[in-house]
Amino acid sequence: MRCIDETDLGTPVSLASDLVSLTIDGHTVTVPLGTSVMRAAAIAGIAVPKLCATDSLEAFGSCRLCLVQIEGMRGTPASCTTPVTAGMRVTTQNERLAGLRRNVMELYISDHPLDCLTCPANGHCELQDMAGAVGLREVRYGYAGENHCVAEKDESNPYFTFDPSKCIVCSRCVRACDEVQGTFALTISGRGFDSHVSAGTEQSFLDSDCVSCGACVQACPTATLSEKAIIERGQPEHSVVTTCAYCGVGCSFRAEMKGAEVIRMVPDQNGQANHGHSCVKGRFAFGYATHPDRITSPMIRASCHEAWREVSWQEAIAHAASELKRIQAKYGKDSIGGITSSRCTNEETYLVQKLVRAAFGNNNVDTCARVCHSPTGYGLKQTLGESAGTQAFDSVDHSDVIMVIGANPTDGHPVFASRMIQRLRDGAKLIVLDPRTIDLVRMPHVAAAHHLKLRPGTNVALINAIAHVIVSESWVDHEFVAARCEVAAFEKWQRFIAGAEHSPEQTEAITGVPAAEVRAVARLYATGGNAAIYYGLGVTEHSQGSTMVMGIANLALATGNLGREGVGVNPLRGQNNVQGSCDMGSFPHEFPGYRHVSDTATRTLFEAAWGVHLDAEPGLRIPNMFEAALDGSFRGLYIQGEDIAQSDPDTQHVIAALEAMECIIVQDLFLNETAKFAHVFLPGSSFLEKDGTFTNAERRISRVRRVMPPLGGKADWEATLMLAAALGSPMHYDHPSQIMDEIARLTPTFTGVSFARIDELGSIQWPCNAEAPAGTPTMHEETFTRGLGRFMLTPYVPSRERSNGKYPLILTTGRILSQYNVGAQTRRTQNSVWHDEDRLEIHPHDAETRGVSEGDWVGVKSRAGETVLRARVSEAVQPGVVYTTFHFPESGANVITTEHSDWATNCPEYKVTAVQVVKVTHPSAWQERYARFSAEQKKFLDEREPLAR
Amino acid sequence: MSAVSVFVPADAGALAVGAESVARAIAAQAAARNLSVSVVRNGSRGLYWLEPLVEVVIDGRRQAYGPVRERDVASLFDAGFLTRAAHPLALGPTEDIAYLRNQERLTFRRVGIIDPLSLADYLLHDGYAGLRRALELEPLVIVKAVTDSGLRGRGGAAFPTGIKWKTVADAQATQKYIVCNADEGDSGTFADRMLMEGDPCMLIEGMAIAGLAVGATKGFIYIRSEYPDAERVMRRAIDLCLAAGYLGDDILSSGRAFHLEVRRGAGAYICGEETSLLESLEGKRGQIRFKPPLPAHKGLFGQPTVVNNVISLASVPVILHQGAQFYAEYGRGRSRGTQPFQLAGNVKHGGLIEKAFGLTLGELIYDWGGGTASGRAVRTAQVGGPLGAYLPVAHFDTPLEYEAFTARSAMLGHGGVVVFDDSVDMAAMARFAMEFCAIESCGKCTPCRIGAVRGRELIEHIIAGRDVTRNLATLRDLCDTMISASLCALGGMAPFPVLSALEHFPQDFVRAGRDAA
Repeated sequence: MRCIDETDLGTPVSLASDLVSLTIDGHTVTVPLGTSVMRAAAIAGIAVPKLCATDSLEAFGSCRLCLVQIEGMRGTPASCTTPVTAGMRVTTQNERLAGLRRNVMELYISDHPLDCLTCPANGHCELQDMAGAVGLREVRYGYAGENHCVAEKDESNPYFTFDPSKCIVCSRCVRACDEVQGTFALTISGRGFDSHVSAGTEQSFLDSDCVSCGACVQACPTATLSEKAIIERGQPEHSVVTTCAYCGVGCSFRAEMKGAEVIRMVPDQNGQANHGHSCVKGRFAFGYATHPDRITSPMIRASCHEAWREVSWQEAIAHAASELKRIQAKYGKDSIGGITSSRCTNEETYLVQKLVRAAFGNNNVDTCARVCHSPTGYGLKQTLGESAGTQAFDSVDHSDVIMVIGANPTDGHPVFASRMIQRLRDGAKLIVLDPRTIDLVRMPHVAAAHHLKLRPGTNVALINAIAHVIVSESWVDHEFVAARCEVAAFEKWQRFIAGAEHSPEQTEAITGVPAAEVRAVARLYATGGNAAIYYGLGVTEHSQGSTMVMGIANLALATGNLGREGVGVNPLRGQNNVQGSCDMGSFPHEFPGYRHVSDTATRTLFEAAWGVHLDAEPGLRIPNMFEAALDGSFRGLYIQGEDIAQSDPDTQHVIAALEAMECIIVQDLFLNETAKFAHVFLPGSSFLEKDGTFTNAERRISRVRRVMPPLGGKADWEATLMLAAALGSPMHYDHPSQIMDEIARLTPTFTGVSFARIDELGSIQWPCNAEAPAGTPTMHEETFTRGLGRFMLTPYVPSRERSNGKYPLILTTGRILSQYNVGAQTRRTQNSVWHDEDRLEIHPHDAETRGVSEGDWVGVKSRAGETVLRARVSEAVQPGVVYTTFHFPESGANVITTEHSDWATNCPEYKVTAVQVVKVTHPSAWQERYARFSAEQKKFLDEREPLAR
Repeated sequence: MSAVSVFVPADAGALAVGAESVARAIAAQAAARNLSVSVVRNGSRGLYWLEPLVEVVIDGRRQAYGPVRERDVASLFDAGFLTRAAHPLALGPTEDIAYLRNQERLTFRRVGIIDPLSLADYLLHDGYAGLRRALELEPLVIVKAVTDSGLRGRGGAAFPTGIKWKTVADAQATQKYIVCNADEGDSGTFADRMLMEGDPCMLIEGMAIAGLAVGATKGFIYIRSEYPDAERVMRRAIDLCLAAGYLGDDILSSGRAFHLEVRRGAGAYICGEETSLLESLEGKRGQIRFKPPLPAHKGLFGQPTVVNNVISLASVPVILHQGAQFYAEYGRGRSRGTQPFQLAGNVKHGGLIEKAFGLTLGELIYDWGGGTASGRAVRTAQVGGPLGAYLPVAHFDTPLEYEAFTARSAMLGHGGVVVFDDSVDMAAMARFAMEFCAIESCGKCTPCRIGAVRGRELIEHIIAGRDVTRNLATLRDLCDTMISASLCALGGMAPFPVLSALEHFPQDFVRAGRDAA
């Protein structure tokens, strides 16, 4: 069923710069060379009937409705597949064409159910539209002929149905799967009249390779592929463009609404990050927003060992404020702090850090980027001068070599992965650096040129070896280095990296990667054309995370792969607004725009704006907060939309710290793991319930628009305002746009940003200011933000976490497509159909020596703790390495992870934990404790004293 | 006494009627009788009603015996067939058989004569003379020779081969391809198979010349999956030619490269359509690509590609060896050279007749074919495969050449002629045309995918006498829509047999209705 508010020009845009003029039905139209006659007509406002054509897919030419006549051309060519030529004279309507179109439509309808009135697509069906457009009045063949009207439905996918009786075999779904998503899960099976859409090899959609991205559903012109929500609830009546709240790709969506109810999410064709594509999470997994688990009334309690009591917002806020004041009075100004959320908007994040700095009077604010991309911020700031990725996603279209390091884009950033896959299918070479065989290494029509399967924890040794080869083989771009970099630092680095200890032959013993492979990769990266690096948490979440980020930047600097399209250093940021939360000053040492709190000029600026005195000393980082809680100096914490009890490493340590605090205020959608230790619970609002902006991994600021009222009565920013006022530091904003106006006034990289400007441009990539009024897709084009690029020395220091006799395996962790981080959202959707438990991936050799078979329960034990998971025996991991996801709290993945962290930023070393794995029959002691505790907390929630209304 | 050469075809048509057991029996008898015989497995002469046609070289001339059954072999030996041609099955010198003698064999000059897998035999019969000549010429001179010869695509579309080659030669690309369409699927056709089984090196030579002409270094032969013998022979011939330096990185030490691979077809009629064939070659579902872009611009793997039929490519060595003028002297009008016509169906003397364009359909059917096999009167012939028109006897004066056939709303196609006697029911044949299209459609475009089914159903209604006038009108309208709106020639031409049946044999449709009523 077509989108309710979008126009379709039939075939994709031509990017040619030469223009061609032609005449269509007497109207002259000028379009780029390579444009189809159909699109040219659409641009001229002339609708040529069509069914198999849609502007998100290449022309196909199968439906034969769009036939036209062209002077000097024989017959009736299809307008979708005929490119324009200068001076062409096209006729789109005459008796002959009308007759042919009516006859073709008659054939379609002779094999189609006549249940339009009860069809889910009624009114938005392209087949129905075309039958009307061509004036079909009778079907001379009757309806008793051979047909597909009794073909059975496939309802296996939780979100959409496939009803082959309505299929017109236009192949739009098959082509969307190929061209847009790149999974090749669908095909046309059979031939002639028997041609039919088949998922996989005549499998159900659920059993096939389908990743449920929904591109096929969106492409379907009829009701063949329909969202179940539409079947059950009917069609939406209006739509609102907003931004997805899952990963850092930041897809733009149309929320198609029926009143205040979201019927479906449809990726926006004009979305500048996603160009009309989506994944299973963004398109389908929004049901959590109205899940019965949502807590919509504030609650308080004296301790985490008693039941909750629902209270009014006023009472909850007054109680929270008085507790925070009491704690500060008793333990000092620095005894409280706040954690901002990468799930919340820029405006909300800005307010929380403002609250901490201005109302708490300290800098004890941190954010979940601490545990993911803080090394990116540090490493890129040191080398390039800006704590952000250098490119727009579209840049990948210009890459010749793509190096993916410690990232799993097809699971973590699926929409960008599809884009990357398109480029790889078009011939770019792929290099993967990952201990695990991620899907990208080999998938339909994509194969990595090199997969360096390094040992976890040896990233820096490997990146140094690649740099060593580039230097020793004289592949350094000296012209770039001389013009754009600090020469002294380069020379120092060159001497350092030329050292024999960095040669691939030497590092082979450390990394496990054959020297010849390293040399080949270095050659390809340095000499293969535009080379771009995309990396993820496999780079940052290490004791040398910051070093590795700098090693990556060094590589790009040395080869001149910065400052233009197709190249760059690109962190794939995990959460929807992790870039934004960092930009907004969520770190204890930085104001918005990455300006250090000790910088007097900046501090003075904020003091003047906020009318308060600001602390010049950096505050506590999250791990420091835990330490301080345990030593008694830190007693109160306001946490907006983050679940540190599940997401932070060494769970037992985190829990001890939470239990030591006197007032924990959790603002969230659900009673998450952290909230089980809280004293005050404030209902959070989902992205559907508020206005604001998110900033994605390419620095793109996009609007989040409220489509329904907050279920708890207040948007998150409103709650923060109440808390500020109760603490005696009132802030005055009537709308989030005013918060952004303040951010723009105070932040040099944001001076050109406003809601109005974003609405005008669709989205804005910062920096956006007088020098770049429309934003900055590619950074560092002329000079680096810090002036000259700086090479940093990157000595390899082995992790202290090493396998030994007691803990012989290395555990590393990651995410999966269908679930999202701590799973609070996706576990409350039908996405669990694809992944309903975290499993431990173990290599067949390691499994065999332990007598472990597929599906067995295994104990995973580290120095920090022990948990039990079921085993998945898989060659995706190498011998000596085990892997798990961390989407379910009861999995206890972070019970095992340790306190080790990045030397510069304290980003936890999630990716390297020495463990032993043994076959077991019972859950671990921690898991048993957790089950008891969770049951108790559920009781405290279920038995909460309701608010008298 | 040196061994006597005895030729027993290994052509699939001969094998189908027992050539293998005949060959084995001859070897066994010779051994038993202590006679020195060398059995050569040649291709077929194309006189299929005489297969298995055994030839013996006597006094330097080939003497024919046929059709020889296994049970005849002993009597042949008894009659001394190795030394004299006195036996009831003796046909005299092969070359004197009128059917063969009256042909003009250029493309099939070696088929049935040589051992197809003997490179020495091939060279002895002017093999690779065309390639040697091509190696001396500039690529565009080769293209010009092909253009000047007037050669048009023998697959059925009759597009000038030289112009196609010129387009590919002019295209800029790092890789170009030559693709041979050997997915011969038209009813009543077998020329491609005979040639591949009987003279595979000629096809290889033609493709290598095409490669030189357009700058392609890689070729593929896409062979119909139902042709296992042809596939086996082609693969072995390629190995032989590669080993002898006629293929590979350095053809005849010229520094020019041409590599050749055989690919087995996917078993679908539609894969004989060039764009579908390319999809199939790429490992995809055999589905039509729209044009433009033409394969000459964007063909196999998106690269400029010559897609030619077996006979088109096999005609090239002669053109290069004997000159464009030599070839162009054959034929008439815009149909130059020779065409291997394939005579099949209800015909007395089915077989392959290579003749210059211009003889009439009637001459072919009566003079060569000898009328029907059933002995009844000829009623019609379908020319050009399952999408070709049915011609009534009144049109048998049509000269076998492209334009004359077009003028009669018919087509020559790949040169297959299927003969029917007066017992044929043309309404049933029309129904079959639609059914064939419905089954063999790639399923991509609507007029073909659904239209063919509705066409079949309409004819069924007509045959059953239901609403005949109205259904006939709808059928004609449907045929017009299929012709004008289909994506490729399958849907676009499937109506031709239907319309020709309606045109020339209307009584069969009305009678069908009356009978049912």
